Amino acid sequence: MLNRVLVVGLLAGLVAGLAVAVLQHFTTTPLILAAETYETAGKTAALAGPDFGGARIVLAHTGHEPVAGAEAEGWKPEDGLARTFFTGLTTVVSAIGFALVLLAGMIAAGDEIDARRALAWAAAAFLATGLAPALGLAPELPGAAAGPLVARQAWWVATAVATAASLWLFLRTEAAWAKVLAALLLVAPHAVGAPHPAGFESRVPAELAAQFAARSLAVQAALWLLTGLAVGLIWTRFARRVAA
Amino acid sequence: MTGLSIAGAKTASARTRAEALRVALVAFFIGAALVFVSGFAHPEAIHNAAHDTRHALSYPCH
Repeated sequence: MLNRVLVVGLLAGLVAGLAVAVLQHFTTTPLILAAETYETAGKTAALAGPDFGGARIVLAHTGHEPVAGAEAEGWKPEDGLARTFFTGLTTVVSAIGFALVLLAGMIAAGDEIDARRALAWAAAAFLATGLAPALGLAPELPGAAAGPLVARQAWWVATAVATAASLWLFLRTEAAWAKVLAALLLVAPHAVGAPHPAGFESRVPAELAAQFAARSLAVQAALWLLTGLAVGLIWTRFARRVAA
Repeated sequence: MTGLSIAGAKTASARTRAEALRVALVAFFIGAALVFVSGFAHPEAIHNAAHDTRHALSYPCH
């Protein structure tokens, strides 16, 4: 059974990841490249840095400690084909991860795996890892001011887990106490609040950032839904082959 | 159906359930590890390779 899960996860992630990599190429990547031109232009000024009452601003791309002059950076893919390749590869890896998590959830729940059910799970997963975290941490373009990275990542993961647990309790349990707990879990991460920067730094036009926030959520939704659809279709095809 | 075979069927179904949960656990950890590497891992080379996708999927980046 594990082999089947791994093969279906791999294939579904590959199909969905490649499709979304193409989508990214035409939706989010052009905005990231455009934002980087503003970021580069504003870097020298940003390094001098305004002081927001002593609070530290971590400006995306300048690293944790501002270094005067050239930015000390390790390996990164060359702009163009190499960058597109690694972006696509990462999306495929993420999609395989999504597919395996989706399969794990459905199997643990004892659900029959087909396209319709897998799509419903994928939609719920997008609420947990896309919409809910975005409420606290809006999708950001390079150059945007942001709170400390580890704190944001921790908040993101905690929000995704709490929202997923909340959806499970709402949809799959009957007890009144479970519904109350579900409501608490849904609200708690936002009551605590995401780590935010002390001020605003980005030189990227607001219109560009707004477009990016919307597109980025749509891209994540597309990745979840396509992954779910592919998981359901490929799983049922395997089942038919085993039965035949 | 005799009592014995009902008990046998129950044991078999419990075994299937335990096997399913084990598979789910393994799949979850592999899946979560892949999401972690592509979306969250800090080493600079991984961050730089994954950069555009991290932004595009609205993961916290930088």
